[in-house]
Amino acid sequence: MIVLLTSILAITLRAGTSLIYATIGEIYTERSGVLNLGLEGMMLVGAVSSFATVYYTGSLSLAVFVAMLTGVLLSSIHAFLSITMRANQVVSGLSITLFGTGFASFLGQRLGPESNGRYLIGLIGEKFTPIAIPGLSKIPLLGALFNQDLLTYIVYLIIPIAWFYMFKTKNGLNLRAVGENPQTADAMGIDVLKTRYLYTIIGGTLVAIGGAHLSLAYAPGWSENITGGRGWIVIALVIFSMWNPSRAIWGALLFGGINAVQFRLQASGTNIPASFLNMLPYLATIIALVVMTWLENFGKKVGAPAALATPYMRGEK
Amino acid sequence: MKKGLLVLLALLVLIPALTFAGGDKEAEAAGDDEFKVAFVYLSLPGDLGWTYEHEAGRQMIEAELGDKVSTTYIENVPEGPDAARIIRQYAQQGYDMIFATSFGYMDPMVEIAAEFPDVYFEHCSGYKMSENMATYFGRMYQARYLSGLVAGNATKTNTIGYVAAFPIPEVLRGINAFTIGVKKVNPEAIVKVVWTNTWYDPVKEREAAVALLDSGVDIIAQHQDTTEPQKAAEERGLLSIGYDSDMGSFVGDSILVSPVWQWGNYYIETVKAAMNGTWSSHSYWGGLKEGVVKLSDFSPLVSEDVKDLVAAEEKKIVEGTWDVFWGEVKDQDGNIVVAAGDKMDDGTMLGMGFLVEGVIGKAGN
Repeated sequence: MIVLLTSILAITLRAGTSLIYATIGEIYTERSGVLNLGLEGMMLVGAVSSFATVYYTGSLSLAVFVAMLTGVLLSSIHAFLSITMRANQVVSGLSITLFGTGFASFLGQRLGPESNGRYLIGLIGEKFTPIAIPGLSKIPLLGALFNQDLLTYIVYLIIPIAWFYMFKTKNGLNLRAVGENPQTADAMGIDVLKTRYLYTIIGGTLVAIGGAHLSLAYAPGWSENITGGRGWIVIALVIFSMWNPSRAIWGALLFGGINAVQFRLQASGTNIPASFLNMLPYLATIIALVVMTWLENFGKKVGAPAALATPYMRGEK
Repeated sequence: MKKGLLVLLALLVLIPALTFAGGDKEAEAAGDDEFKVAFVYLSLPGDLGWTYEHEAGRQMIEAELGDKVSTTYIENVPEGPDAARIIRQYAQQGYDMIFATSFGYMDPMVEIAAEFPDVYFEHCSGYKMSENMATYFGRMYQARYLSGLVAGNATKTNTIGYVAAFPIPEVLRGINAFTIGVKKVNPEAIVKVVWTNTWYDPVKEREAAVALLDSGVDIIAQHQDTTEPQKAAEERGLLSIGYDSDMGSFVGDSILVSPVWQWGNYYIETVKAAMNGTWSSHSYWGGLKEGVVKLSDFSPLVSEDVKDLVAAEEKKIVEGTWDVFWGEVKDQDGNIVVAAGDKMDDGTMLGMGFLVEGVIGKAGN
């Protein structure tokens, strides 16, 4: 039983890693008042570009760097459209996803060796493998935490840092101010547009690393549409975690773990229907929304940044 | 929210797809004397699976018939109303023959076939047909049975995992035929089934395979569209059975053998018949004998004895002296479905809704 639980926890963390990267990225973006629905596209481009890099150079760190670069590029487009041009953020985000999905597919067919007729798909390259930390990885159950790949270990660090930065530093306060009330923030002397640009791009970078984790560690290699809708799940996760980076892990574990659990239940011949288990994370998101709205009725501020998806223009009321 | 957005996305994606499919230039360039053939694909030829093999079939038509035909294809067409638009558009553009290669294209195609009586329609894996619409599929279960013989010999834990998409007759038939093969050589062995509820999701397919591997299976078989379950087994140093295409050539020797589709011969035959005017509507269900399904080359890990056994069983099926679902066949609860000496007819096979003895898993989920 302990062995089974340990293996479930291990795979859940592995599955959740890309979700946590992307969720924290999107939380930062949304906290600055920018809604980015381009996640799915950005994750796909991050996945394909990092796998292509590792296939040709063999360098995993360079691969992650290239993924981050694509994240910067795509989120800059979104930032330019939605912050400078004040375009509708939903439309801009969706177009990033559409563009990213197509572009990733295109890259998959152009970056690979043409001779095999299938380009990058199905090729095998270097990958992040789990590194067991001596001693710690032998602890029952919790040992699962210490037998992960490098990108997962990094995410352990990112969670507290992201929380601390957002809630305990002046920059974090400015970030939240811009997302809540840009007029006031502006009056306080914060450069709203610059802040929004900065966190949209930082967020996009994290999202792209999430994509890279899929193609470099979790399901190494490139296949069309490798994300399988995870970019959309992240949007639910941001709501589930109530825009707080420290809660991102619970949602990611819930969504990441559900397949690990339901497939194992099926393999053991249980009678719980798989569709019921598949539904649970979404049900939890709805419950989170209800609880949030309920709390807000009592004057507690837990929910979405007030200025989310609203373009800012000086002098506008 | 996720689903709604996906639908919206699918629609938006289709707009450019349609303009491409429009391909007026291509139609003009093709000229009038050429026989024009169009293929509608569910995913990308790069899936290395289902669509990959249809694409290989299309290329065989080009290679065989050369200048006499011109072919085109459209990829990533979702099942449903969008498929109808695309099929209709091909018919309007003067394509002489249209192949639709997924189950969900069936109903729209029936409708459109009635509107364009001069166009030949061919639909894969369905059951509806009309005057100018034929249906075709392959007896993949025969090849799956042969791959079951290989797996049954290779398993050491006597537990084999099967990553499966949806509990529909086609998939159930495959699992059953595979299990009958496994149990023929290894009566102790069981086959554990995990449903993913998706044809194509690389990550999910891998997760399902990993769950099976964790539960003690040492061979993974699958009915999905990617090679991820195979890669998961290989990473553990374990074996697998491929599907759709020769996955061993993509992943490695850990894939003992793959039951594969081979549409080319049928495609050439039916296109030729249409060109000669001898085409008539039909329901085609070819098997090992016709060469629509076959086993890929074996991995070097498969012994000569097993290869000989497979060859002998294949011979029986090809000659028609035996087939997979000839009695006695028992279901999971031990009830006799086909009595000894009886044969299951095609209709029952096409509507199969049970799992045979030896399968751990549910026929419905």
